[in-house]
Amino acid sequence: MFSRLSATDPALLATKQLTVRFGQQPVLDNINLALRPGRIVTLIGPNGSGKSTLVKTLIGAIKPSAGRIIRSPDLSVGYVPQRLHIDPTFPMTVRRFINLPKRHASHEIGEALEQAGAEHLLNAAMNHLSGGQLQRVLLARALLSRPTLLLLDEATQGLDHRGVAEFYQRIEQIRQRSQCAVLMVSHDLHVVMRAADHVICLNGHICCEGQPEKVASSPQYHAIFGDQTASTLAFYRHHHAHHDDEALRHAG
Amino acid sequence: MLDDFMWRAALAGLGVGLAAAPLGCFVVWRRMAYFGDATAHAAILGVALALLWNISIFAGVMGVALLMALCVSTLSGKGYAMDTLLGVMAHSALAIGLVAVSFVSGVRIDLHAYLFGDILAVGKTDLIVIWSGAFLVISLMLWRWQALLTTTLNEELAYASHIDPRREQLVLTLALAIVVAVALKVVGALLIAALLIIPAATARPFSRTPEQMALIAAFIAMVATTGGLRAAYLFDTPTGPTIVSLAAVFFVISTLASQGFQRLARQR
Repeated sequence: MFSRLSATDPALLATKQLTVRFGQQPVLDNINLALRPGRIVTLIGPNGSGKSTLVKTLIGAIKPSAGRIIRSPDLSVGYVPQRLHIDPTFPMTVRRFINLPKRHASHEIGEALEQAGAEHLLNAAMNHLSGGQLQRVLLARALLSRPTLLLLDEATQGLDHRGVAEFYQRIEQIRQRSQCAVLMVSHDLHVVMRAADHVICLNGHICCEGQPEKVASSPQYHAIFGDQTASTLAFYRHHHAHHDDEALRHAG
Repeated sequence: MLDDFMWRAALAGLGVGLAAAPLGCFVVWRRMAYFGDATAHAAILGVALALLWNISIFAGVMGVALLMALCVSTLSGKGYAMDTLLGVMAHSALAIGLVAVSFVSGVRIDLHAYLFGDILAVGKTDLIVIWSGAFLVISLMLWRWQALLTTTLNEELAYASHIDPRREQLVLTLALAIVVAVALKVVGALLIAALLIIPAATARPFSRTPEQMALIAAFIAMVATTGGLRAAYLFDTPTGPTIVSLAAVFFVISTLASQGFQRLARQR
């Protein structure tokens, strides 16, 4: 019954006072976060704020300079990288790619590809995929490890608005189905505001966090995103108004 | 059969081709061509040290190649300008090795044989060494195959799957040193890198998966070594360079053929 983690902290992955320095340069300072089953946490922040460094530290690619990372025994990470460049000399099909590093049964592969919306891509060459197709294949590969935590590093980069919306919808379905924890790094502020349970605003340190509405109205958030916030929120509202109009028109 | 020098030479060529080609695929995929060159050129220094200390040539070459490969792969992690650095190391290793060989007095050595190979002089002991090395390299690659491919794709993907890319890099480094040591006798220090890269590059247009590429490359390398051996015998040409020339011919044919296929496919 008792895991190594206390009952008050049933996190799959948590950091305590995590600090990362590159040489003398502090990149992440005193980061405390907890990722719990079934919850979507979104990480936002300007360029160079340490978002990718944090994700890389969580997967073990970068060693923390100070602080701790606490991993639950139940932790299984499905990682979707920001981008994947495959050298043209490296022949790789989707089928071969998603069987790395572990091979999987074909019914599992079919299921994962379907969940990620990539079932028709099984025999395609990786180098011929479009940005959106590659994203879905990366997601399918991450799902095959039966993750209890999905880590998505700017997974929607290069997708158009519709692609982004579809992608988040898919993540939502996966979360509901598997009750996995999700950590997303994102630039798409307007979508983040809808898709997350918890938003962490990063700028070297955690400058504010909480429910999306709370973060959006916090002064620290505005100080960092400045004008971008105004236009994003304007876009967000406009986007919604637009949908409402459409709904009305259809109703009428 | 092993008493015939042509048979011994052919078996040596097959063993080296079989080991070099799959490793050569990683050299191509990871853009380590200069890395291969630097390690292979260091072999001459290994020969000099082996003669100086009176140890086996194989051990001397293997040791120096391993040191060189470790040195290069450590430096590459530190973010130096790799292209220049590897160029410097590849050629200095060769030059210093040649200078060192000239210091070894009292032994009359055939430098030519170490630079361009001397496959016709392969003895029974050499054959055992070559095939043991080939077996070791292939076992290493098979053992780490999935992890090596994952690391080559993307280091973060590897980390997330609990694979340490530095460890996999070390496996490749070790395999490279072994291949250099066993291939020295067959094609010589100057042409080892060619035997790594050309079969892999020739196999690329006809491969859809890494496994296909490694198998086709191994096949091409084995045809090139045995075919080159035969051609060198017929035309009385130096064997190592003939083997590499034949591989180069295969590469040209493969490139032209694949472009021809593509053009045909577009016309349809």
